[in-house]
Amino acid sequence: MYAFTLDKPATLADAQKAAAGGAKPLAGGQTLLASMKMRLSDPGQLVDLGGVKELAGIRREGNALVIGAMTRHIEVANSAEVAAAIPALTHLAGHIGDRQVRAMGTMGGSVANNDPAACYPSAVLGLGATVHTTKRKIAADDFFQGMFTTALEDGELITAISFPIPKKVAYLKFNQPASRFALIGVFVAQTDAGVRVAVTGAGNGVFRHAGLEAALNASFTPQSAAGVKVSADDCSADLHASAAYRANLISVLTQRAVAQLA
Amino acid sequence: MGASDFSNLPHIGSAVRRKEDYRFLTGAGQYTDDITQVNQSHAVFVRSPHAHAAIKGIDTRRAKAMPGVVAVFTGADIDGKMGGLPCGWLITSTDGTPMKEPPHPILAIGKARYVGDQVAMVIAETLEQAKNAAEAVEVDYEVLDAVVDMRTAAKGPALHEAAPDNHCYKWAIGDKSQVDAAFANAAHVTKLDLTNNRLVPNAMEPRAAIGMYNRATEEYTLYVANQNPHVERLLMTAFVLGLPEHKVRVIAPDVGGGFGSKIFLYAEDVALTWAAKQTNRSIKWTCERSESFLTDAHGRDHISHAEMAMDKDGKFLAMRVHTDANMGAYLSTFASAVPTILYATLLAGQYTCPQIYVEVDAWFTNTAPVDAYRGAGRPEATYLLERLVSRCGWDLGLSQAEIRKRNFINSWPYQTPVALQYDVGDYLGALTKAEDMADVAGFAQRKAASAAKGLLRGIGYSSYIEACGIAPSNIAGALGARAGLFECGEVRVHPTGSVTIFTGSHSHGQGHETTFAQVVAARLGIAVDAVDVVHGDTGRVPFGMGTYGSRSISVGGAAIMKALDKIETKAKKIAAHLMEASDADVEFANGEFTVKGTDKKVTFGQVALTAYVPHNYPLDKLEPGLNETAFYDPTNFTFPAGTYICEVEVDPATGKTRVDKFTAVDDFGTIINPMIVEGQVHGGIVQGIGQALLENCVYDRETGQLLTGSFMDYAMPRADDFPEFKIGTICTPCTHNPLGTKGCGEAGAIGSPPAVINAVLDALKPLGVTEFDMPASPGRVWEAIQSAKA
Repeated sequence: MYAFTLDKPATLADAQKAAAGGAKPLAGGQTLLASMKMRLSDPGQLVDLGGVKELAGIRREGNALVIGAMTRHIEVANSAEVAAAIPALTHLAGHIGDRQVRAMGTMGGSVANNDPAACYPSAVLGLGATVHTTKRKIAADDFFQGMFTTALEDGELITAISFPIPKKVAYLKFNQPASRFALIGVFVAQTDAGVRVAVTGAGNGVFRHAGLEAALNASFTPQSAAGVKVSADDCSADLHASAAYRANLISVLTQRAVAQLA
Repeated sequence: MGASDFSNLPHIGSAVRRKEDYRFLTGAGQYTDDITQVNQSHAVFVRSPHAHAAIKGIDTRRAKAMPGVVAVFTGADIDGKMGGLPCGWLITSTDGTPMKEPPHPILAIGKARYVGDQVAMVIAETLEQAKNAAEAVEVDYEVLDAVVDMRTAAKGPALHEAAPDNHCYKWAIGDKSQVDAAFANAAHVTKLDLTNNRLVPNAMEPRAAIGMYNRATEEYTLYVANQNPHVERLLMTAFVLGLPEHKVRVIAPDVGGGFGSKIFLYAEDVALTWAAKQTNRSIKWTCERSESFLTDAHGRDHISHAEMAMDKDGKFLAMRVHTDANMGAYLSTFASAVPTILYATLLAGQYTCPQIYVEVDAWFTNTAPVDAYRGAGRPEATYLLERLVSRCGWDLGLSQAEIRKRNFINSWPYQTPVALQYDVGDYLGALTKAEDMADVAGFAQRKAASAAKGLLRGIGYSSYIEACGIAPSNIAGALGARAGLFECGEVRVHPTGSVTIFTGSHSHGQGHETTFAQVVAARLGIAVDAVDVVHGDTGRVPFGMGTYGSRSISVGGAAIMKALDKIETKAKKIAAHLMEASDADVEFANGEFTVKGTDKKVTFGQVALTAYVPHNYPLDKLEPGLNETAFYDPTNFTFPAGTYICEVEVDPATGKTRVDKFTAVDDFGTIINPMIVEGQVHGGIVQGIGQALLENCVYDRETGQLLTGSFMDYAMPRADDFPEFKIGTICTPCTHNPLGTKGCGEAGAIGSPPAVINAVLDALKPLGVTEFDMPASPGRVWEAIQSAKA
């Protein structure tokens, strides 16, 4: 690790001030600290958001579940409120990384980082959630902009994410065997505005699959999903999976997610 | 004492809880990195980021000027001042020439030959200062084309002047003309191409060392995470540094796993020892995990073609094998022996195959050195043979059990055509028991149940044999070993009757402190808690050879048994004196000395006290004291063997393969602590299934960069990857050591990979998949299914 300074503000205002001053926000640190330990990252200045009370908590607001950015994965996984409203989110949070990661990692950290194989971005996009920041509210469809890239501006912090409560929802993740990140994760939601299918792990970043959504809007059955030819063109290839295999997993997992909801 | 008497003693066969676990489980273990010396500095190695590069220059000026820096050394500082790392086993090529042994410098001289090759050593007051300075070392590299694929290594640029075509040796065993003749007359020939995937050892404790020098006594001390400290010292003093051996002490304290990777003398160990005197500092270095991936000696990495000639009934007539073996960039300590002596000699397996011819080409590539890893050659042999045997059955329409039964050796001793003589075994007995425990009879029903869920179920057999108890020194020497392979044991009886034993074996997780104590407690009739085991310190233990090749109980334990024989003989004389009887009339059992036909008795404790307080003692005939040392050199290898049966369920839609049932029946001869043995078998199977399903070390074919350089991409097995194993044993005691033991440390890793892959192939058979190599990761299985469809 290179040397760095660390602020731990108690209020969002102070955190914002530090971030505006160039400090790198530290949420759960499950990506940032590992890369700092390997000297792959040298932020110089960190602002730890762990003490900011405004960023914590899970609450129901009308037909939405609002989760504070600093909510740990374990808190989401153990929340009765979440389980009642969006059970797939319980499952998703409970299967991120390992116990240590779930005890430290946060929803806001994961979404802001936008790892192309992370789980949370698929939930945010799949549910058409709204990302609340220190500056504005950003619709999920506008938020994710490719690998490790989001609509967030410098110094802008996620404060909470508001998830509309869907009719039916399922998240299926197929593990990359080594990291157990999503080799492919498919988040399928039946919402008032129709079916949304968000895919993570496939390539450049989380995306919605228009073909699968159209087919499932027409007929919400595994057979309907199976009839969609998922192109390998948008999928990446690496040591663990060819593009064709990733495309196959998108199809298979979508079918299984729908079957689970039928 | 013979093996059958021994196995009936108290404590033998008893699941005594591991004495060492209290300190390990409560954080009181002392690993190398736990040790801190006064005046301790920290070393960081600057490593090549390129697989193959000429070093045009190294500028250390900026690094040397940085805060806290004590010294920076490069190849120029050591060139001509010390030798390179030696290889401990000479292999002679078929044309009579010795293998190519290019120099393996302690710090790169002129060239870097793999990503991670050590180019400079930076020593500073703190680890962070050393890391900062290491980044300031400026190395001018001229990047050269990398040789990654051994199959095309001969056409690539030479890594070493001494090996212009990157060829280390061509070695062969067996009578080629007789094998060819048998093939010409065979009714069936089954052929198979196989890859034995490359593995990274990943011991839980990374390598670590502290080099120290005492200028008053001119003595060096090296703490190092190592499996054989005497061998480390011998190689370092005699071959590299030219130091007087008695001035160097090597201590391998608690060591957190080795699996072979800590047998070897590594450059860092030498560099730290040498630099300790140069800087007059104690210098600590602890390998980071990323560094371990790059620089620990890797395992396996074979590409083979195998053929079996059979008669019309599936009886084996002859086998022909060619193997290409990757040595990596340099010859590691025992690298040359792994794909030859430790591999080809096991290719007879459990079968009466009268003729075998094996040819091995070993290659240098721009990858980390490859050497012994849990099983060392025997997993490679077993994977090849057991895949081939199952395939023979497949080709002839015989079940995996039937093809094996038709060819099993059923009388012993048995001389194989590849040099080994098996002393004893019961291969059919193990297979029969394994089939029973695995409920093979219910397989068809389970397969139908899987099919109903859309899953493919397959069953795979593997009947392995291995050679442990390495090794009779004269045979090893004749085969090219540059060391003896005996073991030492010292039994020190204290005046109050408790005992400390000093063994050349080294425990890095095996539980020797318990197993060896059971042996001593059983023989002397004392409590297991009254026996402590000291190992891993050249300053305390007589010269020993260390732990690898599942040799510890069979060779190290046998040495202790020999020392105990001497203890018993002397103690009987003391007891005879105390009881005023003749030596010949004294008997010893359960800790008591008695005189035949009388009720006279003295206890072991009384004799021990008398030996050290010799007031009433035959001082004219007998020295006081009760302290004996013995060296044991085995007369043969031991041959653990068994049958493993694996059942997998494959999801054809995703390629996901799940091991549903795994049964292992092993013949380890006498078992001293069944709990420890079971733990060893579990660990071995996990590593074996790990290789078969998950682990795969991959270098970029063009650049030679390690693509699987962390746990993010190198898939280590985890508990939830496995079902509950069914473990059973049979026992045919080893005939030539006093315990009847055979060794159990590697069996699981040797026997399990082909059982898994045979099961995967059995599952995929209906889809037309005929070829498949490890690992059966989901993506690879799915691709195999798609290829078969195409």
